Amino acid sequence: MKVGLFVPCYIDAFYPRVGIATLELLERLGQQVDYPLEQTCCGQPMANSGCNSDAAAAEALFVRNFERFDAIVMPSGSCAHHVRDHFDAIPQTDAVRHVRAHTYELVEFLHGVLKVRDFPWAEFPHTVGLHNSCGTLRALRTASMSELGEPPFSKPMDLLSGVRGIRFATPARPDECCGFGGTFSVAEEAVSARMGLDKVRDHHNAGAEYIVSADSSCIMHQQGCAERAGIPLRFIHIAEILNGTRE
Amino acid sequence: MKDKRIDHAGAAAAFIADAPHLAFHDERLWDMRQKRDAQMHLLPEWQELRTLASQIKEHALANLPDYLEQFEQNATRNGIHVHWARDGAEHNRIVAEILQARGATTLIKSKSMVTEECDMRPYLAARGITVTETDLGERIQQLDDQLPSHIVVPAVHKLTGDVARVFATHYGTDPNADDPRQLAEAQRQAARPVILHADAGMTGANFAVAETGTFVVCTNEGNADLSATVPGVHIATLGIERLVPRMSDLGVFVRMLSRSALGSPITQYTTHFRGPQDGGEMHVILVDNGRSARLGMADFWTSLKCIRCGACMNTCPVYRRSGGLSYGAVYSGPIGAIIDPTFNERKYSTLPFASTLNGSCTNVCPVRIDIHDQLYKWRRVLVDHHQMPFVKREIMHMAGRLMGQPRLYRAAIAGTETALGTLPRFALYNWLNPWGRHRELPHPVKETFHGWYRRNRANDGPGDSGKAGPEQAKDTGR
Repeated sequence: MKVGLFVPCYIDAFYPRVGIATLELLERLGQQVDYPLEQTCCGQPMANSGCNSDAAAAEALFVRNFERFDAIVMPSGSCAHHVRDHFDAIPQTDAVRHVRAHTYELVEFLHGVLKVRDFPWAEFPHTVGLHNSCGTLRALRTASMSELGEPPFSKPMDLLSGVRGIRFATPARPDECCGFGGTFSVAEEAVSARMGLDKVRDHHNAGAEYIVSADSSCIMHQQGCAERAGIPLRFIHIAEILNGTRE
Repeated sequence: MKDKRIDHAGAAAAFIADAPHLAFHDERLWDMRQKRDAQMHLLPEWQELRTLASQIKEHALANLPDYLEQFEQNATRNGIHVHWARDGAEHNRIVAEILQARGATTLIKSKSMVTEECDMRPYLAARGITVTETDLGERIQQLDDQLPSHIVVPAVHKLTGDVARVFATHYGTDPNADDPRQLAEAQRQAARPVILHADAGMTGANFAVAETGTFVVCTNEGNADLSATVPGVHIATLGIERLVPRMSDLGVFVRMLSRSALGSPITQYTTHFRGPQDGGEMHVILVDNGRSARLGMADFWTSLKCIRCGACMNTCPVYRRSGGLSYGAVYSGPIGAIIDPTFNERKYSTLPFASTLNGSCTNVCPVRIDIHDQLYKWRRVLVDHHQMPFVKREIMHMAGRLMGQPRLYRAAIAGTETALGTLPRFALYNWLNPWGRHRELPHPVKETFHGWYRRNRANDGPGDSGKAGPEQAKDTGR
């Protein structure tokens, strides 16, 4: 399988280690991974702001970069959600449909396509709180949603359970949005920051040392809130833990 | 339409700055959400009920003219006077005419969101008619001259101390006596004489049944029953989307309403009104006020399925932290943000952006309105209708152009040690400034992933990393 790696703009700029961990992990699992150098963004920031026509150039570029791959994998739930469920600023050609149908968020790719459960190289002797972004939770459906009362399941938890030494802390409001929300984080900065503060407090009170997530955008926001409030939490992307990062 | 845009972000920031109010508001509404979850877990058929409720409402809306006429015929046969109001002005005029024809100068009423929509109280006051709200929360809001901040619990943003101050001003009670029982007693003492001597009563209606020409009012305080029955003249006002075809449909909706709203199995009072009492009069006003137009909106008509339970507000993390008044509208929270722009696009253009699009609202909605998808769609409509502020619109144009051109994009973040230091000035100055008010910025890094990949992988791969396809040589900006 030819895997195309998409590294979202904010991971490229602020969390390169997440991109590196994703690449190394996929390579460890025997995948032939290529990172097209001309990539920029999936178009989500513009589309989510209602400026759909402004997403067209990014979406067209995304398709040109990734149409030649069997699977397009990204360490970001919200980007995968955009590509799969929105991404309609450009005409829906065969190439566009191929890209949209073969785009995966990292956890769902590992869990459902590669069907990996064991990560023998990974050890993380810490207590972690899992943050499911709303994109992974309610759009990609990688975990059960509390509002629906459905039987519990969690793909990220299935994967993390294959890591030695890891312990879990459960916050009081596990499904509550952390308040990042893309441009919401600046347009509604007071609400956004308050939601983030409540989120990191909840994890801290539950006993978490780390918050782990499949979305670095949520992490970037939560980390900013925790640091401002002096809450001693650390933040890590699930790719880093699964790739065997030790801190 | 020159109305000023609602500054939701600013009003929310002010609400958040008040720690005791914020904490109470968030916890109280979250508690309602948790009680709702507990009720859901007791009913294994909950998701099936949601589907049924949605189907019944969609069917009723798709055949609304027929059901409305059926309701009118049957209600008339029951001795009810049925009136039709195209908009708020017509509604208010009808109410005034009914009252004036009977020489009525005092009206008691229970909660009705439609009368808020129509801004009825000032209209009647100007004609010498005194309106008294009998729902406790609604009365508090009336005395304080505020809109309801929540569909079901209209004064939930207030603490008992706030209520004590409002009552002290209007009822002459002790401003420091904030015991809830004393406050409730003060309201009872103030309200009883008004209720007993009122000339006419008014209620809303939760459901109207086409096949019987009857309607149902659900309350917890019994005030609607007093308002409807004590004066002898009962006016019920309802939006045309309240219609359900059959009496048996209520078996779905009544089971869901209070469970979704407060997390209680049923409201204390579920009253079926079938016709006027002996010697009395009953009027029903069927109000359109924009609903027919909404019914014609392909992406938004299903918002008319709403049964006004408020579950979307209780679960909404933004609503819980910004308070209902920050929406500046009759309908607040997620449901408000998709309904309000149908009344005034410019004024309410900020509301669909007061959301993280997290989707929890959609999941709790008992009639399966895809609220967060409609929020997303409203954003597009508002941008297309030029309702996004100029600066933000320009930033999106620039971002869109930048993201479409890899070389420009790379140039914008290359050449220095940290990406953060090199974001284009417009982004740094217009966009990131608010980030740092309550948050730290991300830590600077030595190298982007792109840079790392070029150093570590690009040259030992299959050699095609840099190519994006034959079109790449052309202008990528479309």
